[in-house]
Formats: sequence, C-alpha cells, structure tokens
Amino acid sequence: MIKENLKRGIFSENPIFVLLLGLCPSLAVSTSLVNGIGMGLAATFVLTCSNVIISMIKRLIPDKVRIPCYIVVIATFVTIVQLLMKAYLPALDKQLGIFVPLIVVNCIILGRAEAYASKNNVFKSFIDGIAIGLGFTVSLSVLSIIREVLGSNKLFGLKVIPSFNPMAVFILAPGGFFTIALVMMLIRYYSNRKKV
Amino acid sequence: MGNIAGLIGISIGAVLINNFVLSRFIGLCPFFGVSKKLSSATGMGMAVIFVMGLASSFTWLINSFILQPYHVEYLQTIVFILVIAALVQLVEMALQKYSPSLYEALGIYLPLITTNCAVLGVAIINTGLNQFTGAPFTFIESVVNGIMSGIGFMFALILMAGIREKLELADVPELLDGLPIVFITAGLMALAFLGFSGLNFFS
Repeated sequence: MIKENLKRGIFSENPIFVLLLGLCPSLAVSTSLVNGIGMGLAATFVLTCSNVIISMIKRLIPDKVRIPCYIVVIATFVTIVQLLMKAYLPALDKQLGIFVPLIVVNCIILGRAEAYASKNNVFKSFIDGIAIGLGFTVSLSVLSIIREVLGSNKLFGLKVIPSFNPMAVFILAPGGFFTIALVMMLIRYYSNRKKV
Repeated sequence: MGNIAGLIGISIGAVLINNFVLSRFIGLCPFFGVSKKLSSATGMGMAVIFVMGLASSFTWLINSFILQPYHVEYLQTIVFILVIAALVQLVEMALQKYSPSLYEALGIYLPLITTNCAVLGVAIINTGLNQFTGAPFTFIESVVNGIMSGIGFMFALILMAGIREKLELADVPELLDGLPIVFITAGLMALAFLGFSGLNFFS
C-alpha cells in the first residue's frame, strides 16, 4: 500500500504537473535547488501533520464549519514551521520569505484535508500526506534543477557545465512559466508515446 | 516627497513593477483557473479588489492595535487567515441580502477567494516595511497597497483572458495545446512586465 501511495503521489496524481495545485510557491521558490527542497519539505511536514490531526478529529467537527477548522489546524503547523525555520535556518527563511506563511493557502494541503483525511483513518492519512508531500518535493526539485542550471549554471553553489553562459531569464519570473510549460510538454510527449 | 507622491509610488509599484501575478507569483491558481472567459475574469477581478481592500484595512488594524501591543506577532498567520475567511463569509452574506445583483455577479468567486494567496499575501506584505519610504506601512498606505495590488491582479487576469479567447481559435501544436501554451503566454507577459522594473521612481 505504501508503494502504491508513493507512486500515486509522485506520478499519477502529481500535485504540480497533473493536478495543477500549489503553483504559486512552486514557481516562486524554484529559483534554486536548496530553496525548492526546503519549501517541499516544509510543505510535506505541514501536510502530513495536518492530515493526521484532521483524520483524528474528523468526527468532532460539524460539517458546516469544517473548512475554517481545517484552516486553523493547517495554520498552526505553518506557524510551527515558521518559528522553527526562523530559529534554525534563518538564511533559508529569508530566501523563501512570504512563501512560508503562504503555505497556509497552498491548495494541495486543504485539498488533501478535504478529499482524503476527512474520509480515511489516521494511518492512511499519514501515508497519503507523506506521499503527496514527496510528490510535491520531487516536482519542485525538478523545476529548480532545470531553472538553476539554465539560469545560473550552478547546483548547491557548484558550477555544472563548464563554458556555458547562463541565461538569467530562467531564474527571473518569466523563466518559471517557461520551465513549467516545458516540463508539462515533455510529460505529455512521453505519455502520448506510451499510448501508441 | 509628499504623502500623495508616496501613494502614487505604491500604486505604480503594486500594479506594474511588482505585479502580484507576473512578478511576485502570488495568486496563480485563480489566474490560470478563471482566465478562460473575459466576463468571468472581470467578475473575479472585481471580487478580489473588493476583498483585498477590506482585508488590508482589517488586518492592518488588528496587527497594529492587537498583535503588536501584546507582542503576539507569531499568531499573525492564524489570525490573518481566520479574519480573511470570516470577512469573505460576511461580505457574501451582506451582498446576498443588500445587493442581489452584485451578489449574482461576484457570488461564485467569493468562496474561492478565501484560499487565494493574494489576499493573505497582501496582508503579510503590509506588516513589513514600505519599500518606498523604508518605514512601516501606515493605514492609508496599506489600504492603497491592497486595492492597487488587486487592480494589478485584475489587470493581468483580463489581459490573459483576452489572449486566451483569441488562442481558442489559433492552431496550436498538439503537445502545447491547452495549459502549456497558456504558461508560455504567461511567461511572455511576465517578460514584458520585467520592462516595468526600470520605472523606479525613488531610488
């Protein structure tokens, strides 16, 4: 079951490329691999914890006020991440900036709470949180690798391709849109080829 | 630099230089979701401007009169998102009662706005420093920033909807059909908006 869940989270229900959820942080933060992974793991932490808590308290929440209740649970974990990041990773916190508090409104997290955690037991929701979170992290890393290599010719601060002039537009705003279009195009190309 | 000049600076900054969608990457989900038709783009844009203006004034008041005096700024995220959710609900109920025609036009977009990062985003930006004066935002400045950011969002949304309506008729390569071509269009628009970063008045 764990393997199936992971496969679903990373491929068939990939939050960014297939479901198109959580675009804002993924485009804004993917300017370097470190930022991308940091954001992905922060969102995974929030997603997993909120999934667990929501599946625990799902019977206590009246149906009409469930969305505000979910948001409070999510916002609590986001605040925890915010404080931890400020204390232990101040450089990353500065880089991610406003996008750390904006994890609250990341549609992936509220979407999983509504579609999965409110209907399944604690263990299943925990696995689902980790699987979808990893799918998000992997997609963010793919985007960041493409953008960082093309845009500044660096990964983790090391030069990648000798004698390659980086195209700065890829780490600026337009590059984010171009990169995601490129990745979606490649995914479509391969899935079309599989069918034929 | 007078007060009015500062406000104009904030407005141009919010609409053109730091456009929410095209250079800050905030509020992308509705940008791609509701830009298929010009009419729905206008409705969504109006609803966002309205809620962003209201939300910036309420969150500024709460931040300066409750959170800061009692030193509980770490509750900012939770308080802001709850205030925005409650505000959207109230606006929806008030519109339904007092202005059914406006409710008809904006109604379906209002619930979507609660989880629109643009509204929470502008509330958080307003708690920081004003990049033009280097001082914290005043009440007027934060309301102007909220409304103008909303106008910037609507501007980008309407441009995009106009282009997408024309794209329907265009012959797009199979691999790019649908969303990929929309992303590329957004990228080209963002490239054009990069030009506005030269419009720096005060530095």
